Amino acid sequence: MAKSKPRVKVPKSAAAGEVITIKTLISHDMESGQRKDKDGNPIPRKIINKFACTFNGEPVFECELDPAISANPYLEFSAKVPQSGTFKFTWVDDDGSVYEAENTIEVQ
Amino acid sequence: MNNISLFITGPVIALALAAGIAAVKADPVDDTLTIDGKEMISRAKAPEGHPFDEVMSGWLFRTAETRALEADTFVNPGMLEVEEGGAIWNTVEGTAGKSCASCHGDAAESMKDVGANYPKWDSDSGRPINIELQINKCREKNMGAEPYAFDKGGQKALTAYVKHQSLGTPVSIDLGQGEMQNWWDRGKELYYTRTGQLNLSCASCHEANMGKMIRADHLSQGQINGFPTYRLKQGKLISVHNRFRGCIRDTRAEMPKAFSDELMALEVYVTWRGTGLSVETPAVRQ
Repeated sequence: MAKSKPRVKVPKSAAAGEVITIKTLISHDMESGQRKDKDGNPIPRKIINKFACTFNGEPVFECELDPAISANPYLEFSAKVPQSGTFKFTWVDDDGSVYEAENTIEVQ
Repeated sequence: MNNISLFITGPVIALALAAGIAAVKADPVDDTLTIDGKEMISRAKAPEGHPFDEVMSGWLFRTAETRALEADTFVNPGMLEVEEGGAIWNTVEGTAGKSCASCHGDAAESMKDVGANYPKWDSDSGRPINIELQINKCREKNMGAEPYAFDKGGQKALTAYVKHQSLGTPVSIDLGQGEMQNWWDRGKELYYTRTGQLNLSCASCHEANMGKMIRADHLSQGQINGFPTYRLKQGKLISVHNRFRGCIRDTRAEMPKAFSDELMALEVYVTWRGTGLSVETPAVRQ
């Protein structure tokens, strides 16, 4: 997989105080660093090592990922939405790249 | 070897403990596959001359977790490669300066239901042609691009993208075209011919023992309506000829080449055996 592309699924609207399910997926090889190439040289580790989600700047969910996580990490969690706002998602790569996505939700 | 058998027997013991001896029977589930709210046909009345009364999608034979993966295209890992296929569709390649989209426009319209009717008769080459070979033909003739080697380049992704446009459409191939009936006959003969050191035919597992457990694996009818399919074992899309070859390898026989006459005949016949089932590409299997 050439390029990491984040995908997020958040409902467009919700009732105040409703608990919603958020699904996230990012395409990534998650090279564990344990494997060797054809010539026996170790393939350097390159994984997404951190994921974070904030809502209007407040942390909602955060986790660290380790080499045992398989390719294309999929994370699903729930959050309570008190008012309309924006969810921001960030994935941090071993090489320092940061992949971002954001989604707005409207509370009726 | 010890490690391997431990891994394989583990789940079987757990199953047997959880469900008592009844687990050995292992019937396909009575469930409906709904992908993003769209209902799939996973049980259909078999066409005339079929050994079964009812054809069943392999989805019914998988675990609840695997079934759930296929029911949501966001979660389905095969969709990543389908997306890649969408990008290839719009990429200009070859000397004619064309992409697939240059001629075919929006795949959602031009390719709708197309994948459900392959393999088709190709009078130019005088043999049946599947989506993979149709793509190669287009690349050579119209785009001036190199044909994809088996499973290489964007072949699987693009094939899956094209077939995905038929999601939900019942499989139906026309045996009246050209010499399709002869190829069907040949495919049928291959299906029932025992090969390899283990002396197994396709029918030994997928017909005579359909629904039983082969160690930890639940034998399905071996339908190909969901190909290219995402196999959890390999963690990527697997093409139908790769799967055919894998099955033949497992009988410890010599494997015919991908797109050879043998495997094309088998594809014609096996596709027909799934007549009426929805195209599920990309399906998710064990």
